[in-house]
Amino acid sequence: MSIEQVLARHPGRSRDHLIPLLQELQQELGFLSRPAIRQVAEHLGLPASKVWGVATFYNQFRFQPRGRFPVVVCRGTACHVKGSAAVLAALQHELKIEPGATTRDGLFSLEVVACIGACGLAPVIAVGDDYHAGVTPQQVGRILADCRRRAAEDAPTKAAVEEALA
Amino acid sequence: MLRRTPRRKPRSRRRWHERAITQARDCGLLGADILGSGRRLEVKIKQGAGAFVCGEETALIHSIEGQRGMPRPRPPYPVTRGLFGRPTVINNVETMANLPGLFRMGPEAFAALGTAGSKGTKVFALSGQISRTGLVEVAMGEPLRRIVEEIGGGVPEGHVFKAVQIGGPSGGCLPGPQLDIPVDYESLKTVGAMVGSGGLVVMDERACMVDVARYFMDFIQREGCGKCIPCREGTRQLLAILDSLGRGRRREEPAGALERFQGLISLERLARVIQDSSLCGLGQSARNPVLSTLRWFRAEYEAHAYDRRCPAKVCPELLLYEIEEDLCNGCTVCARKCPAEAIVGSRKSPHHIIAEKCRGCGSCLTACPSGAIKVS
Repeated sequence: MSIEQVLARHPGRSRDHLIPLLQELQQELGFLSRPAIRQVAEHLGLPASKVWGVATFYNQFRFQPRGRFPVVVCRGTACHVKGSAAVLAALQHELKIEPGATTRDGLFSLEVVACIGACGLAPVIAVGDDYHAGVTPQQVGRILADCRRRAAEDAPTKAAVEEALA
Repeated sequence: MLRRTPRRKPRSRRRWHERAITQARDCGLLGADILGSGRRLEVKIKQGAGAFVCGEETALIHSIEGQRGMPRPRPPYPVTRGLFGRPTVINNVETMANLPGLFRMGPEAFAALGTAGSKGTKVFALSGQISRTGLVEVAMGEPLRRIVEEIGGGVPEGHVFKAVQIGGPSGGCLPGPQLDIPVDYESLKTVGAMVGSGGLVVMDERACMVDVARYFMDFIQREGCGKCIPCREGTRQLLAILDSLGRGRRREEPAGALERFQGLISLERLARVIQDSSLCGLGQSARNPVLSTLRWFRAEYEAHAYDRRCPAKVCPELLLYEIEEDLCNGCTVCARKCPAEAIVGSRKSPHHIIAEKCRGCGSCLTACPSGAIKVS
């Protein structure tokens, strides 16, 4: 769905449409691009700076594309007490990126959230739609290797590429 | 052990809420003419966008209006001037969740539960270093000890209870001797904690209270909206003081020790100034995690500031790692794992850690197959 189509779903021009619009755009695009911000501003008749100000205030909004496997680390209190800082450090070490960034190959992005909402299963990380409970720093390597293997399985084989080219 | 727990994504959860509204409308419980009574009620869901401060009512109003979620001074209170400038009633979802029970049981039966000042029941999210985790609903006024020891099964075997953190980031930490306190709004306030979000995080001897305070202050500092100066700058200072307590000598400025001592002395006063002068509840309660840990675990703060050690062995820069020569067989695993290249020694002879280079990350401790690494 294009930016225009999402905007068309909100014919109203009042300011209270701003956050739902940004949420729906992020849902469709995966992140809020500069053109998206500019078009939202035009649609609602607001300066782009105001839209940018609102978007950057809230934790939900991202301004860079996510990786194919978005890794979300819960840094809630229960997870902290159960060692989520070590899990995050292990992830940073393995992926060699800071929270908020995406790896160069586009496979992984790393995010930190205030609470995933599963405190009883702490420490929790989410990789895409898969939730891993009671994660230890030692398990991190295996979880990531699993994702890499899945990505490799989906990747077109050399034969398939040659066939497509032929 | 790796467990996968199926959980709904927020998107589908939202659809689920909307389905409930559609069903209520189809049954005639919502809409223009509810059950033919001539009364009108519409329910609309507005999804939040992730900001802790939006728990404050005026910030929440701004968020719904499509603005940055920043609080404004009250009065005027939302009941006179709220959402879109109209009188507004704001209730927590948990408050609304009490209504069905209240109607079903009748007000007398509902009020019979709980204490004089806090009626009914309360749901707590029990988590942390405890045998049984999950959501528990208890009558108000139940002693904290019953929730932790009976319902939660106490701390895991072989560990000692140290503290329970209650009420979320604005709440406080309570030590073992305070566990007999009844859980209600008034009693918790007297010991520097609050019911708040209903979070109960149990900690055993492996948790460092300075680290916990630092963790909460980091959270509050990041989640503060930045509008009022006492909260914005004050929490930054509180965090800087707590950071200095956990900073090892290697990274300390020449006058670092002086700043550390000064910081510990001014911590309480600073926390009180922030409480007195902040605009909203976020800043006013920002002192709770610091003052409650300082009140009940002062010795631990002093060990950090004066003795430069972390009794719970959590703060990495204050730990001293050593290799016991008798136990080390010179396998070189630790030397290869060390990110600071602080471990020296040749193959098959005992290794040695250079204290000045050690960052205290603990990689060697987890790597050593013969348990030769000692931490103090």
